[in-house]
Amino acid sequence: MTAIYKREVKSYMTSMIGYLFIFFMLVLTGIYFTAYQLLAAYPKFEYTLSSMTFAFLIGVPLLTMRVLAEERRQKTDQLLLTSPVSVGEIVLGKYLALVTVYGVAIAITCTYPLIMSKFGEVSFKTAYTAVLGFFLLGCANLAIGVFLSSITESQVIAAVLTFVFLFAFYMMSGISSFFSKTSVSTCIAFGLLIFALSMIFYTMVKNIIISAAVCIVGEVALIIIYVINSSFFEGGIQKFLEIFNISGHFDSFTNGILDVTGIVYFLSVIAVCLFLTIQSISKRRWN
Amino acid sequence: MIEVTNLVKRYGDHTAVDHLSFKIEKGKIYGFLGPNGAGKSTTMNIITGYIASTEGKVVIDGHDILEEPEQAKKCIGYLPEQPPLYFDMTVLEYMKFAADLKKIPKSKKMSMIQEVMDMVKISDMKNRLIKNLSKGYRQRVGLAQAVLGYPEVIILDEPTVGLDPKQIIEIRSLIKDLKEKHTVILSSHILSEVSAVCDYVLIISHGKLVASDTPENLGRLAEGSNNLSMLIKGEKNVIREGLDKVEGIKDISLEESSEENTWRVKISTEENMDIREKIFYSMAYVQCPILEMQSKKVSLEEIFLELTEGDGNSAEKDEEKAPGQENQDVTDSAEVHDVNETASEISEEDSGDFQEEDRDMVNAENTENGEKGE
Repeated sequence: MTAIYKREVKSYMTSMIGYLFIFFMLVLTGIYFTAYQLLAAYPKFEYTLSSMTFAFLIGVPLLTMRVLAEERRQKTDQLLLTSPVSVGEIVLGKYLALVTVYGVAIAITCTYPLIMSKFGEVSFKTAYTAVLGFFLLGCANLAIGVFLSSITESQVIAAVLTFVFLFAFYMMSGISSFFSKTSVSTCIAFGLLIFALSMIFYTMVKNIIISAAVCIVGEVALIIIYVINSSFFEGGIQKFLEIFNISGHFDSFTNGILDVTGIVYFLSVIAVCLFLTIQSISKRRWN
Repeated sequence: MIEVTNLVKRYGDHTAVDHLSFKIEKGKIYGFLGPNGAGKSTTMNIITGYIASTEGKVVIDGHDILEEPEQAKKCIGYLPEQPPLYFDMTVLEYMKFAADLKKIPKSKKMSMIQEVMDMVKISDMKNRLIKNLSKGYRQRVGLAQAVLGYPEVIILDEPTVGLDPKQIIEIRSLIKDLKEKHTVILSSHILSEVSAVCDYVLIISHGKLVASDTPENLGRLAEGSNNLSMLIKGEKNVIREGLDKVEGIKDISLEESSEENTWRVKISTEENMDIREKIFYSMAYVQCPILEMQSKKVSLEEIFLELTEGDGNSAEKDEEKAPGQENQDVTDSAEVHDVNETASEISEEDSGDFQEEDRDMVNAENTENGEKGE
């Protein structure tokens, strides 16, 4: 793992891409920092960070698009996968290298509250809580990028997919307001979701009986819950979509709250995405 | 050392590797020989754990590649068809990275890298970026990576493709040197390469193992069946009787030629013996003049071609034969007749070597069927 980690970090630092990412993040932070803190003399650094969550939409695809896709295209994955290193170690090494590059940008950002403290009173606790939240948010986005890079061998497709997904997650609170909150519509939406999931299940196992059984059991359970307690479903679509509202979980950090659920949420996103990455690489070997 | 049992790899409906089984023993150079698309690379990728097999088992030094991948992979150095190089690294950086991947202890790392680089003669290039290296040097860097750590088995997928003749000779002698400490498996579609380097040859065609032996034995097999092709004037029975008296003939086939009262006679001899003189005197005795006589040696190449290309046909034929035994002779002779016609048509248009070979094969089939008929 350390071998892969070292190689990746070195590769980011000898090519343009690592510097470009750090440059991009610092320019945006600098602009907002100048506008809010230096010119408007606003003492809360959290505010700057909360305005900057959109930066990941461009920065993350830039950094993660090549991480696994390029490996596959150049066939260098043959070296990694035939060495005595597990797939988990490969993915973790690569992910940690990405986090390191991102960490460099964050470390520089950490000096900003110190600069502000020269000119007035700054709450370091709330400022660094927000920095921590911002760091975790970025790490979660990077994990999503790593996973999407593992499913294709084209860097462009990986970048576009990452942008589309991150954008959809970024807009999630707006998107969820499109849907009706009544329990009937929620129940129908979930019914369709169960059907879609069993269709996906069918394409994977190619067994019509099992997938039909899964579908029917799911739908019946749904109807039973609806009959017993229909109010259970009220606003269900919104609750469901809230799971994907990644930047929404950052909000409490910007209010100076060290949000444990938020930390757990970000760590879970990272774990799930890295697990899916390992699975997608392992699955390819069986095709 | 390596035990492969019943290996199958399917891509959808296509079977790339079809129930392949073989054993690799220590301290020898093995050659995978087969035409393009025979399943050589797929087999190697499965052995090295890059892809998984659909069925079957690969055990390396007692470790199953799927159950204990790390121990199994430690025993193997692999150079894939396209060397897996990072173009943004220098040769030395790449070698250090490969050493770390292979978990070579720090104390030995640098000395081992230097040794391996000297072995494949890339020490002068160690500070060059890999993207600036020529194809031959890239191949050497890939080879150095495979040898690094001195794994017990070194697997090389078409190691000499794209190299100039001088480099090919160098790489071959390098592979021969590796034999002292390692077991080497290499793949190639070039027969001369395999017979020059390998101690043991595995011929693969359509994902199946069609032959496996030492190159000497395969060569002996080839020498064993020398062919004579003659044009003899006279009565068919007289010629046949005359030839029957000559010792050492395995097969005789007679067919009408385009000239009147002359016969195209094909003889294959049992051992590596010269019976041309005997045939001459024998024919002179029965007063049938020999108008043409051609001696032909079946080369290793022809055996290879026959095994790899003919394989599919013979399998189909067997399947055809199985259901209706009674109709067999009729259909077969009809088939052969058709083929003969086309063959003679072709040879009338153009009597190149290739057509001649084709005809030889047809004749061989003809005699086979004749024997069965009797």
